[in-house]
Parts: sequence; C-alpha cells; structure tokens
Amino acid sequence: MKAYIKGAAILSPQKTFGEKGFPGEVTDYHGVSYLKCIEPAYRDFIDPMVARRMSRIVKMGVCSALKCMQDSGISMPDAILAGTGLGCLEDTEKFLGSVYTHEEKLLNPTPFIQSTHNTIAGAVALAIKCHNYNATYTHRGFSFESALEDAFLHLEENPELNLLAGAFDELTTNSYNITRRMGLWKNHPVNSADLLNYQTRGSLPGEGVAFFMLGGRKGSDMAVLRSVKTFYKPHGYPEIESIVDQFLRNEGLTPGDIDLVIAGINGDFATDRVYYQLKEGVLGNRPFAWYKHLCGEYDTSSSFALWLASVILKDQHVPDCALLEDIAPVGIERILIYNHLRENNHVLYLTERC
Amino acid sequence: MPQRVFVTGLGIISAIGSNVKEVMDSLKEMRTGVGPLTRIDSIYKDDIPVGEIRASNRELLEEVSPSAGAYYSRTALLGLIAARQAFAQARFSDSGNLRTGLISGTTTGGMDRSEHFYQAYLKDNHKGRIRDIIGHDCGDSTERIADNLGIKDFLSTINTACSSSANSIMLATRMIRQGKLDRAVAGGSDALTLFTLNGFNSLMILDKQPCRPFDENRNGLNLGEGAGFLVLESEASVIRENKPVLCEIKGYGNSCDAYHQTASSPEGHGAFLAMKKALETSHLAAEDISYINAHGTGTKNNDLSEGNALEKLFAGKVPPCSSTKSYTGHTLGASGAIEAVLSVLALQYGWIYPNLNFSQKMNELSFTPVTGFSAGLPLRHVMSNSFGFGGNNSSLIFSKC
Repeated sequence: MKAYIKGAAILSPQKTFGEKGFPGEVTDYHGVSYLKCIEPAYRDFIDPMVARRMSRIVKMGVCSALKCMQDSGISMPDAILAGTGLGCLEDTEKFLGSVYTHEEKLLNPTPFIQSTHNTIAGAVALAIKCHNYNATYTHRGFSFESALEDAFLHLEENPELNLLAGAFDELTTNSYNITRRMGLWKNHPVNSADLLNYQTRGSLPGEGVAFFMLGGRKGSDMAVLRSVKTFYKPHGYPEIESIVDQFLRNEGLTPGDIDLVIAGINGDFATDRVYYQLKEGVLGNRPFAWYKHLCGEYDTSSSFALWLASVILKDQHVPDCALLEDIAPVGIERILIYNHLRENNHVLYLTERC
Repeated sequence: MPQRVFVTGLGIISAIGSNVKEVMDSLKEMRTGVGPLTRIDSIYKDDIPVGEIRASNRELLEEVSPSAGAYYSRTALLGLIAARQAFAQARFSDSGNLRTGLISGTTTGGMDRSEHFYQAYLKDNHKGRIRDIIGHDCGDSTERIADNLGIKDFLSTINTACSSSANSIMLATRMIRQGKLDRAVAGGSDALTLFTLNGFNSLMILDKQPCRPFDENRNGLNLGEGAGFLVLESEASVIRENKPVLCEIKGYGNSCDAYHQTASSPEGHGAFLAMKKALETSHLAAEDISYINAHGTGTKNNDLSEGNALEKLFAGKVPPCSSTKSYTGHTLGASGAIEAVLSVLALQYGWIYPNLNFSQKMNELSFTPVTGFSAGLPLRHVMSNSFGFGGNNSSLIFSKC
C-alpha cells in the first residue's frame, strides 16, 4: 500500500514554514551549540487567548498540523497520528520543578496537563473537533515511524482514508544541558555549514515539528511514500547492508533505481561511519544528500528528511546545501532515506515521484 | 482475509499481586491493594491512599536481572516482570522466521529515577547522576524489555495517557491481522511517581478514601502502579506451534472525545464512539457483551461520562459491569493492559469481579455496577474500556474461542 503525500507543513531552524518548496535562502548558524526552530506568527492559526496557555511546542505542533490540513485541503482527517521522542519537555520540567520548589503545595496543574506526550494530538483534535482515531507514539528514533506504520495500517484497512501524521520534538535549556552532559553533542561551538569538517565526536542538537497528510488515493500530491522500515540494534555493518539490500528487493528495486540517498549524517565521526560504508558499499555511486546541518539532531529528525525528499521529488531539484558532493542528480524518481539514532534505532524510507 | 488474533500468554504485577495466581487470589477474596503510600517521600503520604507494589526497586531487580546493573527505572522493572510471565506462558519457540514485536504503553517512563536526578540538578545543573536520567524517555523501558526477551523485529511505545496500553494491544492486533507481525508481546507499565501523584493532586481528583467507582458519593481516583502484558499470536502461528489459546481479540475501537484537554464530555461521546467501533470491528451486537471491565476511575467526571455512554450504547440494558480500579488503583498507562489481563481471566474462568466500595447508585444512571464476586459464568465476550487525558478513548473486546 502506497501513501500519497497530499500536503506537509514543517517548522524547523530553516525558513520552511509556509513554503511550498525548499526556502530560497539557507539559514546558516555560526558559533552555536544548538539549533532552534524559527517560530511562525501563531495568531494566524491559534486564538491568542488559547495560545497564551500553551507551551511553545504545543503552539508549534497545533500550528503545523492546522497549516498542513489547510494546504492539503483536508479539513477533517480520518486519524491523527503523532510521534515524539521526548514529548512536551518544557511543561514536564516546569511541573517537576514546581513540585520541589513549592514543596508539593498549591501547584498549578496546567503544566502537568500539558506535559503528557499526547497533548498535541489531543489539542489538534480539539481544535477541529475530530472524534476519529488518535494516537501518540514515543519510542526514541522510531517515534515518527510508528505513526507512519499506523498510517499504513489504516490505509490497508481502508484506502479512502486521509491521515494526519506528524512528529515533534523540542529542545529546552535543561534538555540541552543534560544531553550535553551525556556526551551527545560537540563540546565546542559549531558553524552549522561546517558540521562535517570537525571530525570530532558528538553532533549538533536541534528540534522540529512536521505534519504530513497521507492518503491512499492519488490526487495532486507532493510525492509518494512507498515503504518505511525500522530495525533495531543490527549486528554491525554487514547486517545493515543486507537489510538495506532486502528493503529495496522487497520493492522490486536495485540500488541503481535510487536517484538520491538522504542520509542521517550528523557530524559525529564515529556514528557517521555506517553512512559512508553504505555509500561505498551497497549504495555505491548513488548521489548522497544530508540534512542535519539544517535542522540539528533530534529523535524525530527523519520527519525533516521526509519533508526534504517530498519537496525534492515535487520540484525535481536538490538544494545545493543538502548535497554531500557536487553531483546533482537529474530526473529524480526515487529517494531512499536512511537514518539512525545513536546506532540503535535505524530507519529506511522509500519515497517516489508522483 | 485478515488473520485472527489470539491471546496465548498473560503477565501481571500490581498492588493485588505479583503474578496471575496472586492476582486471582486477591480478586476472589475481594482484597484490595489500595493502602497507604510508603515508597515515595511525599507530604501527602498519610493522606492519599495508593495501589502500591511493596517490593523495592532492588528487590524487583533481583527478581528479573541481578546482573544487569542498577539503572532500570521502576517502570522498566515492572514491565519486564509482567512481560516475562506472558512470554513464559506462551512458550515461544526460537523459530527464526516468525516476526515478533514488542509494543508497550507508558506515561511516566523513567520518571521515578528522573526525579532523583532533577532534585540535585535543580540546585546545581552540574549535579545529578546522569545514569538516573538516561532512561527518562518512554522508549527506554520498552527497549530494556525487548533486549531482555530478545525481541528485535518491531518495537514501539505509545503514550496516550491512561489508554496507552489498550492502544498498544490494539496496534499489535492490527499488525498481526494484516500479517505484518506473527506474534507480539503487548501491554504497558507505569510506576508511581512524585510527579504523577502531585499532578493528579493539583487537579484535585484524588480521593482521600479508597476510590468508589460509579458511586453517587465517589470523590476521585486512587493512583496505582503496575504492569500487564499479553502475548498475541496470529492464527497461523498458533496452528503451526499447536498452542493452547486463552481467547481471541475480536474488537477494538479508538476515538477522541475532543471535548477538553483533561475533562470528558458529560454525555461520553468519545467513550461511546470507541465502544461502538469495537463492536463494529468484532461484528458483534451490543447484547452479545457478557461483561464490561469499565474504565471507572472514581472521578465525578469519568464515571458520569462513561456511564452515560454505556447507557446509550446498550440502550439502557447495560450488561454486568464493574471497575477493578478499586482493587488496583488507577495504574495510568498500564491500566489498559492490566484490565485486559483481568478481562482474559474473566473469560477463562467465567469470573465477574466486584466493583469494591460501591454503595449508592448514581442519580444520573439507571444501572449499578456488580458488587459481588461470581465464578463459573458462561461469558462469551468481555469489553474493556480505557480512557485518557487528551480525549484518547479506547475499547477492546476479548472473546471465548
């Protein structure tokens, strides 16, 4: 079962919101420790009185979901499916902090209410009075892919459906501080465009929100999502290579049918190795693109890659900033996305031109 | 034709017992697990009763994995105990070509350890032990269970608040029906934490007495902790391995109330839709349902909303119905799976559980919950409801084979 991508809306550290394609100008960040989203004018989408009670990620989530519905011309999706690695962190921190600072007394319940991972999918349903299926997945680097898996199950059950599937993850000061202490990020300031030049451990943290409208029937679509596969803790490179090969075979394809690979290269020289091994191995000679210098690393960053693949397939143009080398493919029929989160959660997507 | 989906294993740990047998004894003897809070240092210790599991993290760890290092969250430990029981009962063969998934639901994830970290971190952001926060996210407990059971083919975690693990059972069922998995360990786990205790307390929906679901004088819920897991298998897998089955999962429905971020609509529209969809997928009529294990938290809002939805769906003739939260407390993300285990046991043994602490019928409703324990009943189809914040409502139907 194929999923037709009827529309998409994305908030990222780039000027992607409200754009029909890749933004004309790339936002480069110099001497930074992390990338944060460029926020839109929320009042165009959410009543300011309602927005006042929402945290930043809830506003971003609701706003992107509504924009996606607007652009795809589908006002009532048959399901709302969300994926998030860490949920609504700002409110979680706020409420947990208040438990200690106020010694459990007279606590404001609002941050507790909005700390739950399903806040955004619930708030979107509430905004449009959608009583249909509603779910939120939260499994590290498989969070968004679980939402997509659910979308495919729905389309298999009924191809007439339209499904709103999205991803969100926010970076807060505390989450940055804590994950930095875990050793996930570079311990020096970074120029985003130079992320691959440092040859050090760690990546550049980021964040993002993206929503897609997926349907089982062809229309005026951006692109087609043919298949998504997740795999967990593979035994080294040989198993990864064989899974990639099998993934393509299952779709009746060979590596030669792939016109572009979008890889989750994140600047950590140790964990990036596998992408280069694939480039020199089973995916030999295919043009490669990357994206984490544009949005940073986060649990649901593959949603940025899916959006990038969709606009590339639609516009038949790979933005220069995304190319790994100076070889721009032409006649782009199929894009393979491969990403892994900390070598545990590996994902493959096959996308196709309409 | 979609594959039929069967239950072949059960696992449970909760305030009323650490395995199926202990839980069954408590149910039969009408013995609640709700009592004083002892394991969390809270100013509400003496005021707010909970459904607590007595064992400490160290004791739980010794049971599951003495060599595994001490960094498991309580949610992971409880989940692992229940998942292992289910896994053992289903007697999985090592057959390499069967695709096996693990789908878990949790709302707190590793919050119990995060709290230790955060207390120190708040005072000085260079402080707090990183090993206490590394398992904060909801996916951590699922991966620890998967690693322990050797499951790799498909992993997912769901957080739809209090319906999380009902949705994990639903996702597993749908994947098996479509042939995407041959079998799955599905359920959920949640530990009591200071975070949730204070969260629900700030909403003023915690009863200072043992909870009284569906009672006119009900005054809130009691929190609980625990985990439940089911092993689900396709018909083909069951036949191939010639396995005894406990029951079939026939129906499932998920709907959003879309009324308010936390409150349920008084008429229970979302609850009604979830149950109606479950009947539709099972091709059953309302009168086919023999027993309903209700969500029944004991809050004013939930029981009115769910009660109205039941009246509407069953046209005033509500089948025997009870909430077992008066036994276990409300185990949040685990409640859907814990109550699914109880629903399967109800079918297996013909049991209907009492709704403890009930005394007075709600004015708005025509029915009262079951108050006595019964055994040996010819139950055919059991419905289990799970409703959550965000309006996330789900309903499952288990059927005798």
